[in-house]
Amino acid sequence: MTSNQVLSEVEFNVVGKRPIRPDGVDKVTGRAQYGADTNMTGALQAKVLRSPYPHARIKSIDVSKAEAFPGVKAVITAKDLPFAALSKEELGDGYTALKYASDHMMASDKVLFKGHPIAAIAAVNAHVAESAMALIQVDYEELESVVDVREAMKDGAPLVHEDLRTNDMGQISDKPSNIAAHMSYSTGDIDKGFAEADLVMEREYTTATVHQGYIEPHNSTAFWNTDGQLNIWTSTQGSFAVRAAVANVLRLPVSKIKVTPMEIGGGFGGKITAYLDAITAVLSKKAGVPVRTLMTRSEVFEASGPAPASWMRVKIGVKNNGKMTAVETDIAMDAGAYPGSPAMQAIVCAFACYDVTNGKVDGYDVVVNKPKTAAYRAPGSPQAAFGVESLIDEICGELKLDPIEFRLLNAAKEGTRRIEGLVAKRIGLVECLEAARDHDHYKSKLSGENTGRGVACGYWPNRGFQSSVVMTVHFDGTVSLLMGSVDIGGTRASIAQQTAETLGIAYEDVKPTIVDTDSIGYTFITGGSRTSFATGLAAITAADDVKEQMITRAAKIWDTSEDDIEYVNGTVSHKSDEELKFSFKDLARQLATTGGTISGRSNIDPTGEGNGYAVHLVDLKVDPETGKTDVTRYTAVQDAGKAVHPGYVEGQMQGGAVQGIGWALNEEYFFDPTGKMLNPTFLDYRMPTTLDLPMIDTVIVEVANPGHPYGVRGVGEPAIVPPMAAIGNAIHGATGHRMRSLPMTPGKILEAGWENGNSSGG
Amino acid sequence: MLQSLTGGARQIDCDAKNIRQVIERLDELYPGIRDRLVEDGELRENLAVAIDGDIAIMGMLEKVGANSEVHFVPAIGGGS
Repeated sequence: MTSNQVLSEVEFNVVGKRPIRPDGVDKVTGRAQYGADTNMTGALQAKVLRSPYPHARIKSIDVSKAEAFPGVKAVITAKDLPFAALSKEELGDGYTALKYASDHMMASDKVLFKGHPIAAIAAVNAHVAESAMALIQVDYEELESVVDVREAMKDGAPLVHEDLRTNDMGQISDKPSNIAAHMSYSTGDIDKGFAEADLVMEREYTTATVHQGYIEPHNSTAFWNTDGQLNIWTSTQGSFAVRAAVANVLRLPVSKIKVTPMEIGGGFGGKITAYLDAITAVLSKKAGVPVRTLMTRSEVFEASGPAPASWMRVKIGVKNNGKMTAVETDIAMDAGAYPGSPAMQAIVCAFACYDVTNGKVDGYDVVVNKPKTAAYRAPGSPQAAFGVESLIDEICGELKLDPIEFRLLNAAKEGTRRIEGLVAKRIGLVECLEAARDHDHYKSKLSGENTGRGVACGYWPNRGFQSSVVMTVHFDGTVSLLMGSVDIGGTRASIAQQTAETLGIAYEDVKPTIVDTDSIGYTFITGGSRTSFATGLAAITAADDVKEQMITRAAKIWDTSEDDIEYVNGTVSHKSDEELKFSFKDLARQLATTGGTISGRSNIDPTGEGNGYAVHLVDLKVDPETGKTDVTRYTAVQDAGKAVHPGYVEGQMQGGAVQGIGWALNEEYFFDPTGKMLNPTFLDYRMPTTLDLPMIDTVIVEVANPGHPYGVRGVGEPAIVPPMAAIGNAIHGATGHRMRSLPMTPGKILEAGWENGNSSGG
Repeated sequence: MLQSLTGGARQIDCDAKNIRQVIERLDELYPGIRDRLVEDGELRENLAVAIDGDIAIMGMLEKVGANSEVHFVPAIGGGS
């Protein structure tokens, strides 16, 4: 039986309740409009020709036969993108950035990963486009590729970019390298710290390339009108991010581009990059009609942005009582074909759960011949936690210390200075650890052979960034709430709840709508676990704006000063005359005759986001004959600050845990030695299903974030951070084998057993 | 970070009213540090600056108080 607990500090009227989601009916009846549902009159269907090689020079492309194929209306290559006509002199320092951005959408001189777009065709239907694709002749010069992050770092490795030089904290190296960037932070004296330790352990860990696995493939529909206006309908986590990316690559002013975000069938960070929009737009311009492009599942795997594979070395020194004296890590992450892995986020997150006096962290961003990696839920943090939390468990085993008590002894808390220098504000890691320690799961006895229990912590800083909201009061007392934040996890509801709470009205009287980029001010992506916090704050600010205007109207009606009026829980009252009061709906009815409707607005860029922490417990059983791991019990504990909609928070915690379980046990890109992915389907890329897992128990811990009036913290990301280490630690309990490479497949568990002299995996 | 330029110093006290001035003071003390932190007049793309624990949203223009603590940290986005 599943258990969901909420450990609340404060109760509100609407915030903290579990209302029905505003988009629920459309989604369960199949009427919600996703990108693939876009079906404009006269629209063409497009297909993208992709490189069969992970690394090759493009010597020539001949599209003439494809262009002549009946039903084909437009064919484009990189020569049709503005970058082809721009010189290094014109672009100056911006040359490389634009070349990377433009080439990522369509390769000009080299292909850098299998699946790299080469050309695109718009035709009367997808079958015609696909047939014509076979007629495009590309002459490649195949080049040696590099796919492993450590191999790519070596001198003499094949260069993904001949001109890329290492940016070492602002200093650019002399010679080309696949190491795009290095960053380092330290605190205290690590030599002294390790010298003071009673036990020092050092291990290496690796993780595989994994995909977010969203159900809906990427899609884009574009219509470049003859007046120069470009309209795009797409599946994205950030309509303004798509607008910016298209404007950059197509050298257009943003005012010429309107992006309408369609419903999104999952993102998890993977739907921030705009893969199809610019090339679909150019096809539309060339054909003069709307064009729609849809990726297949294999294209999603091979040509969107998975999470990076990584290598890390972790070293920790501790006293015999478990107190950490020094920590150190090097983390190298593969960025894929273009720089930008989350290695620097990984080094910030690696030891953020602990109060560390002496520490040093180094991160390396490394390009390889794989698709450019993208964000995936707490980017960088899960890989780092796998190393750190695994080694901590090994230390606890060596010193015979309880893993939760060890973490409580070393836990970061308010005032803890992290290695990069920032001081933690009010955070809830200790409360999460205590909730885990006191949970029935942790107190229960583990029974049966080949069973193990694991514990691990996780951290994500959370983010603020810009959000815009406009809300309008209708004469019937309902409120239209317009926002630019795409809803990927229930934020329509969570922001409507914060609006209703602030206005003191019913949740059902707030109607949230996500609008296009022309209809709202700039709004940063839905990502970084920012939306319920930042767009929620924008909604609160806009609601405060409405409240002030409602007071002004009441003052006008009562012919009194605004100072005599107060707005409390949805009622506007005269402070000294009990007879004079309006409910929100009553006053709304009088708006038409007192100056017209009222709109509140807010454009904010808030700080104070409040860091997120999670602690996970897992029980599992390993079959010693097959090496197969079955998760038998799982509990996720997380500080949500204040869970605006506890049902959605539980969903985030369970979803993150499930994705982490897949990352831990099954999921990986299999590459051949040259970098060709061998398993680009859901049949061969094994994500966990409901049949593989128990229900995930949850404990929402509410340690109010002082940076938000209702205490809200982001919740979308911390839950994917602990599972890999928690499971690895439990596998050790079940088998005695320390697993230091993800995924921990049956084969690897059996191999570990054989290496340890067991005839079977157990 | 950048301790190779500061002779190992991790913390520097200086008088400044905003981040731009903080970086100018740093560059006066440790020539070359500005170029490591700033590109085209803005903080480098992979960097953010935090003042008293909060990421500064206005970058170089952000004001600092007399006793503010300023850190240069990796810029962090997010995924979910």
